[in-house]
Amino acid sequence: METIASRPLSLTKTPFHYCPGCLHGVAHRLIAEAVDENGLRNVMTGIAPVGCSVFAYKFFDFDMAEAAHGRAPAVATGIKRARPEMHVFTYQGDGDLAAIGTAEIIHAANRGEHISVFFVNNAIYGMTGGQMAPTTLPEMKTTTSPYGRKVDDMGHPIRMCELMATLVAPYYIERVSLLSPADIIKAKKAVAKAIKYNKEERGFTFVEIISTCPTNWGIDPIKARDWAKDNMLPFFKPNCFRDRGEGVE
Amino acid sequence: MSKVLMKGNEAVAEAAIRAGCRLYFAYPITPQSELIEYMAKMMPKVGGTFIQAESEVAAINMVYGAAGAGKRVMTSSSSPGISLKMEGISYCAGAQLPAVIVNVQRGGPGLGDIQPAQADYFQATKGGGHGDYRLIVLAPSTVQEFADMAADALDLAYKYRNPVMILSDGMLGQMMEPVEFRPAKTEEEVQELAKQHENWCICPNEDGVNRHHHEINSLEIDPLVLEKHVNNLFVKYAEIEQHEVRCEEYNINGDNEILCVAFGTASRIVKSAINDLKTEGKSVGLIRPITLWPYPYECVARALHKNVRQVYVFELNKGQMLDDVKIAVAGRCDVKFWGKVGGIIFTPGEIKEKLLECF
Repeated sequence: METIASRPLSLTKTPFHYCPGCLHGVAHRLIAEAVDENGLRNVMTGIAPVGCSVFAYKFFDFDMAEAAHGRAPAVATGIKRARPEMHVFTYQGDGDLAAIGTAEIIHAANRGEHISVFFVNNAIYGMTGGQMAPTTLPEMKTTTSPYGRKVDDMGHPIRMCELMATLVAPYYIERVSLLSPADIIKAKKAVAKAIKYNKEERGFTFVEIISTCPTNWGIDPIKARDWAKDNMLPFFKPNCFRDRGEGVE
Repeated sequence: MSKVLMKGNEAVAEAAIRAGCRLYFAYPITPQSELIEYMAKMMPKVGGTFIQAESEVAAINMVYGAAGAGKRVMTSSSSPGISLKMEGISYCAGAQLPAVIVNVQRGGPGLGDIQPAQADYFQATKGGGHGDYRLIVLAPSTVQEFADMAADALDLAYKYRNPVMILSDGMLGQMMEPVEFRPAKTEEEVQELAKQHENWCICPNEDGVNRHHHEINSLEIDPLVLEKHVNNLFVKYAEIEQHEVRCEEYNINGDNEILCVAFGTASRIVKSAINDLKTEGKSVGLIRPITLWPYPYECVARALHKNVRQVYVFELNKGQMLDDVKIAVAGRCDVKFWGKVGGIIFTPGEIKEKLLECF
């Protein structure tokens, strides 16, 4: 019998603790597969954020650091500069990266740090129980925008890829989603490209991954994906914003 | 090596590089800017890393990353910037990371001013960041000592896997004094230092039985595990308290009628007053804590000779060390305090006047 799929070596045997229907597990797997495929498992290190994926350091089977909320790009900078022989990525959610950690992500990108950033955007704070995120859509209800996000009062959602694309240094910026099997295959390509560029020391790579939060959105996982397709993707359009390896500016 | 005339800010930077520090992350702030500028100039020359971070917060988290990778690393700032670093310092303490933080103190609270002060004693020694943790705190009183402490702080940080703060002030940072540097570590020695920590830090891995999974982490979500972790930290702190207390005894003898306690810049001025009084036949001793944590309680207690009728604490703040001195004295003698704030430094004449009131 031929094994055609198995657990990536870069994942530990620790079961994911995520809610039913959550897509963090899929995102973790894509990263782990890409690390395995690039033969980087022994020189890879990841930075876990604060948020639902705070325990990511238990799930990846290589050295990991857990950062303070939003500080993962600074921690990644410190590790990469201290040990250039290591390959470093951060894994961050929308609250972590686009609210409390805005300064760290912008400046790590602007310095062109040789790290990869995987930014999982589900438009809500999951771990703390469904509060408004910087990427929460207009009129979307959360526990801290119970009457819907009023843009005149609470501001508009932030499009991080578009913001990052104003910077000169980043080498690769792409937004993908995990909302269907076809989307996951596309996402895998983007994640694998970021890891490959990381291996080749091309520069700063940034992949935004549109995801869902069935638990805090209060809708079942399949409907959550449909909801995200109908509501998130028109605002957060999947796109390759920059790929210097392919001449995309 | 012969002595050179240098500012404290530059001397501590040079000494840190000589002691094998190859990574430095910081943000500009007066009165420590010569330190960051010196590092910007010198780090590229030794193949080291210098980053002017986007904030103090980012700088200390870069330190967290580099320390987590087992390399000798330092950051520096002045009081308001140190407040910003406190989050990261707490994380370093929790994750048991060997980081060195230099505070060139200025007047506070808030933006305060840019003159020398000692008003961050509480912040440095009693917490500052959240949670149950301790920083080793070294307080220099000369440029020479400031420089020497760079190496000592790096050694202590790695010996105990704990953040160490050098608590200096704007006077020590800005003042020029002769300084003699210790020999610089060779590149081989610097590499060797990093290798010593590859049993816990982020570093290249291998397949098979020796494969490791190192976690740089301060999160323990299970209360029983966190309890054990914090208790273990305090076993380490007890060891530090047992082995690393440092203080200077100045003119301490059985004739002392007054015992002064002062640290850093303040202690220099107290020494001048003591010398002056000595010529007038009045005996005053000084305990100068060099480690502010662990605090030299025993040294203060031992110096309470039978003729001492007054303990006098002098600080450039409103009496932040006073409670520690009272703990040491334990009611055996009256303890007075006098200090100046706002970045104003007292004079030997003012100290002498205060002491004469006790004779």
